Amino acid sequence: MIIVRTAMLWVLLIGMQATAIAAQPAELDAGQLQRYHKLTEELRCLVCQNQNIAESNAPLANDLRDKVQEMLLAGRSDAEIKDYMTDHYGDFVLYRPPLKPATLALWFAPAVLLLAALLLVWRLTHRHRGSTSTTQVADAQSVQRILTSGTSREGQP
Amino acid sequence: MKRLVLLLPVLMVIGLLVLLGIGLGLNPREVPSPLIGKPAPDFHLPVLGDAELRLGNRQLQGSPALLNVWASWCVACLEEHPLLLKLSREQGIPLYGLNYKDSSSDAQAWLARHGNPYRWSVQDLDGKTGLEFGVYGVPETFLLDADGVIRYKHIGPISEQDWQQKIAPLLAQLRGAKS
Repeated sequence: MIIVRTAMLWVLLIGMQATAIAAQPAELDAGQLQRYHKLTEELRCLVCQNQNIAESNAPLANDLRDKVQEMLLAGRSDAEIKDYMTDHYGDFVLYRPPLKPATLALWFAPAVLLLAALLLVWRLTHRHRGSTSTTQVADAQSVQRILTSGTSREGQP
Repeated sequence: MKRLVLLLPVLMVIGLLVLLGIGLGLNPREVPSPLIGKPAPDFHLPVLGDAELRLGNRQLQGSPALLNVWASWCVACLEEHPLLLKLSREQGIPLYGLNYKDSSSDAQAWLARHGNPYRWSVQDLDGKTGLEFGVYGVPETFLLDADGVIRYKHIGPISEQDWQQKIAPLLAQLRGAKS
């Protein structure tokens, strides 16, 4: 019974997968279709914000896919299509945000933070090693002193 | 000095937690509209209840106006509806509707049932005008100045507080600038 149910669930899931993929524009030629897939994968659906418009089944994603197709058929370039989207929905619609003054922190903060962290680690370990070596020297000296004093005390009686 | 270095990771973690706290407080649905400060996109659509007549953004110009995107299938629209009725009937705020992806009969029945706060509504049956306005959820409300330039966009239902604190002052400012 459980096996039958799981099988039914799989059939359902596969069916859903098929409907998601089925939304393919018919009129585009091979090159346009390739660009269509690339563009729709890079554009964010604003209703379900963690999905791109290629994956999302939201009506808005469908409208945006239609718009991409319409603009491809009208012979617009990829840049023009992306410009249209950002003009109407903002940079947020792009999964890969453009490099500009407002996004400098977004692009470079991870690298800068990583460098700062590496520098900090390096400085900490460096200083630490330096301090242990001095304590080691001090330890060695005191051991030497104890040993020599011990031997002298032993030799005294 | 050494203590300070040891404290640094703790301070960084506190800083990150503060940022996380701020991030959790933000509403990710409130995407800033790039259309603010730009002229409202051109539209020319059939009027709800009179499909022979087509109206567009030219009919919105002349004085500051609110363009409200609504639909009969939109549940959140009912939340702001009493406020819209009050603004329109008691204060005479010029309010226009963009009926988004709706059927004419459903939309008219909805207005008959809940009241019509709009001077007129136009029908955006396929959502193409909505796309031009960067609409991605209903309701949304645009504040346009006398020249038809978008000055403010409100996403989601307007609460009494939103009206008092954000939209009403902007509208007053736009009206002041005009006279």
